[in-house]
Amino acid sequence: MLFYLFGAVAVIASLLVIAQRNPVYSVLLLITSFGALSGLYVLLDAPFAASIQIIVYAGAIMVLFLFVVMLLNAPHEDTDFDERTHPMLRPGPMRFGALLAVALIAELAWALARSSPLTTFTNTPVTSIQALGRTLFTDYAFQFEVTSVLILVAMVGAVVMARREDAPGGKR
Amino acid sequence: MPSLNDYLILSAVLFTIGTAGVFVRRNLITILLSVEIMLNAVNLTFVAFGRAFGTVDGQIIVFFVMTVAAAEAAVGLAIVIALFRHRESLNPDAFTALKW
Amino acid sequence: MMLLLIPLFPFLGFLVNACIGKRLSKSAAGSVAVAAMVASFAVALTSVIQLAGLPEESRHITQTVFTWITSGDFTANFTLRVDPLSALMILVITGIGSLIHIYSTSYMHEEPDSEYARYFSYLNLFASFMLVLVLGSNFLVMFVGWEGVGLCSYLLIGFYYTKKSASDAGKKAFIVNRIGDFGFVLGVLMLFVTFGSIEFQEIAAKAATMHPELTFGTLSLATLLLFVGATGKSAQIPLYVWLPDAMEGPTPVSALIHAATMVTAGVYMIGRNAVLFSLAPDTLMIIAVVGAATAFFAGTIGLVQNDIKRVLAYSTVSQLGYMFLAMGVGAYTAGIFHLYTHAFFKALLFLGSGAVIHALAGEQDIRHMGGLKDKLPITYWTFLIGSLAIAGVPGLAGFFSKDEILFKTYEGGHMILWVVGMLTSLMTATYMFRLVFLTFWGERRHAPAGHGHAAHGHGHDDHGHDAHGHGDHLHDAPKPMAFALIALTVGSILAGYIGLPHALGGSNRLEKWLEPSLTAPHVVAAAGEAPAGEPAVAAEAAAEHGEEHGEAVGAGVELGLMGLSSVVALTGIGLAWFFFVSDPKRSESVAQSFSGLRTVLLNKYYVDEAYNAGVVQPIRVTSEQVLWKVVDVAGIDGAVNGTAESVGGLAELLRRVQTGSVRAYAASLLLGAVMVFGYYLWR
Repeated sequence: MLFYLFGAVAVIASLLVIAQRNPVYSVLLLITSFGALSGLYVLLDAPFAASIQIIVYAGAIMVLFLFVVMLLNAPHEDTDFDERTHPMLRPGPMRFGALLAVALIAELAWALARSSPLTTFTNTPVTSIQALGRTLFTDYAFQFEVTSVLILVAMVGAVVMARREDAPGGKR
Repeated sequence: MPSLNDYLILSAVLFTIGTAGVFVRRNLITILLSVEIMLNAVNLTFVAFGRAFGTVDGQIIVFFVMTVAAAEAAVGLAIVIALFRHRESLNPDAFTALKW
Repeated sequence: MMLLLIPLFPFLGFLVNACIGKRLSKSAAGSVAVAAMVASFAVALTSVIQLAGLPEESRHITQTVFTWITSGDFTANFTLRVDPLSALMILVITGIGSLIHIYSTSYMHEEPDSEYARYFSYLNLFASFMLVLVLGSNFLVMFVGWEGVGLCSYLLIGFYYTKKSASDAGKKAFIVNRIGDFGFVLGVLMLFVTFGSIEFQEIAAKAATMHPELTFGTLSLATLLLFVGATGKSAQIPLYVWLPDAMEGPTPVSALIHAATMVTAGVYMIGRNAVLFSLAPDTLMIIAVVGAATAFFAGTIGLVQNDIKRVLAYSTVSQLGYMFLAMGVGAYTAGIFHLYTHAFFKALLFLGSGAVIHALAGEQDIRHMGGLKDKLPITYWTFLIGSLAIAGVPGLAGFFSKDEILFKTYEGGHMILWVVGMLTSLMTATYMFRLVFLTFWGERRHAPAGHGHAAHGHGHDDHGHDAHGHGDHLHDAPKPMAFALIALTVGSILAGYIGLPHALGGSNRLEKWLEPSLTAPHVVAAAGEAPAGEPAVAAEAAAEHGEEHGEAVGAGVELGLMGLSSVVALTGIGLAWFFFVSDPKRSESVAQSFSGLRTVLLNKYYVDEAYNAGVVQPIRVTSEQVLWKVVDVAGIDGAVNGTAESVGGLAELLRRVQTGSVRAYAASLLLGAVMVFGYYLWR
């Protein structure tokens, strides 16, 4: 029952995300969607995932998005195509992309139809954070460390990318 | 009790929505948001499978995916800011420097 | 071993003069060249003496210098071989060659130092190649020499390359020779395919032992092709056209190359392969006819030419015709004999004409000469003796050799050819003495003022004198030139005596000497079986059929014919006297009445023009219109450029994929993913 509720919220919110003109609305709707997903994680006996979904995704990443939207004073999207764009880039690829998305879901559905239906969850779930922590720091220790390097690199990269250039020739 | 299949279907639907969003929207930030939707769909798949096999690996993978998604969002937004400064537009079609 | 030194000395002389000649003084450069030739002569003489000491059946000395080609079963060595025939040749080449080198040191003296050295380097190189040609023991080595002398004749004829007529003449010589060489190569290849070897001795032995019916067709064709090569090199119809133009070169060059050596290469080649030619009587017939026709034809042209060197050039063509006539009737010894005597007196005549030209500061037209008899005594007397020799006056060398040829023709039963030969003999005497009388006798007829050097159509050899029309330095030949002239005169007188026929009491030593070279080898090399008696004897008989008949016809006929030749010679001289000395106007009136014929003769029967129209222009037009414009420009360039352009065009099309639209790229990504996914689902 709860599954259908959360599921519906997630799907509808996502649909609205891509339908909205105002980017701020999009971000907020996405947060809603993430919340629903978090609920789904709880249903799947994955409390840890649910927590970090809210904390990291909804709490940090989306806030970051919001910051950027506000910072850039992102204009509303216009419906007509931009005059500057190449004729071939007007609605064409867009429609093509949408078509491909439909094709994609068709394929996915087909894939699912062909596979043997796994019905209920039979195994006992592992819910303890302890177990998770242990696996994380032993089996996946290397990946963990690498991920930390990745975050460092991303941080540096983001700072470099977003830096405001001075007048040409000027050094910082 | 929903079966694994249901979760997978849900995940597929979300993924497709995200894909459509990448192509349909003309705002760079919204495109990035669509990418996030896709990533979340994938996360859902992993957790579902993790639960199905009774292991904790699903959640660990989710952990990593989330981290990477965060990093990617940060860098992506930095690029968007840089691009915006250049062209005063968030329309991806405005950036045609790679054209022949 | 010694044989290699014979061509090597002149080759070293070439290297020295070619590399450092510019820095050498004239006397040094000249001395190097002369010394090389004299040294070569010394070695040649030693080898010949050594050869003579060997018993008759094995009279040959061989030296393999190096192995040149080994390919599967086939081996070709660079082997030199001296036997009686080549012994005679090397003595002629080195002996007369040395004299001409000595003459040249004085004749070319007004050239600048670098040109002087260049001249001698080419002259030495020529001698070296000619010696290689003659000493080669297989077709390959001979061909090296064959081509080499062709090259050197190009270099030397076109020596004054800044003058267009000279460089054109050089090209003409080379190209016409090449045409002949093509036939030659085909002939050699045919022989190789048939007999599996390129060694002269091996081919001769195999040909002699094989059943005649099997080889007849091949041999006839192969020898005919070889003869084509000979027509090119030795200036017979149809490839003689280069030789008159070759007079553009310096006069000593004409003496060496076009009198004594290169042009004799064809005759030598036939003599060398006498066994093969004897087995192909049809070819021999063709050779005889071509020889006689050429002799007659060239004689008629020589009668009316006005340039002293041209007269001698056509005379050379004519005498070569005699040699080929001899070869064609099977009288190989007679042909070689005439080659040998001709070398002496023709070289003498050319060098003499050179002395005249030198004294008259470049004048070559005999209509502007005259009265030189007392002013240039040495030149006059040597030239006179040379002319007597070539005319066939008894007692001098030319008489014996020419008479031998005519005799053999007669007794071989070729009456028409004999008559043609006699007529040509008459003409020879006439035109030669026309030349003598107009050049040396009477009063000096100077060229009209302002005529000077420039106006003559055919080039002069330019001495670098100033153009004095009348101011010639009329002194007789300087010492080196005189020395050569006198030495050659002695030769012209005495050389004939080695071939003194039996009828006059001599023993015809030349014939005996040359015999081993002209017959099939009995003791064969490689397979080394003594051939069955009959075929060998048959071949030998065939080779000597002319000679053997000689005894049958009888000494009386021979003497009679000799008497007839002498009468003909004296008649010719008399005719020349009649027309040109006793009453000069007579020649004019005859000229008027036969003016049409005269014009034809003066223009050499328009053969050059015919070749130009028939061969040269079509090739040129084809090359220009078809090969150049169509094949090269449109075809090849079109293909190459077209490829480049099509690549460019293709790239132009493919470029449009780069739309610069990020979304399009993303779309294609998705498309790819969908397709891959679909593919796996399908499976």
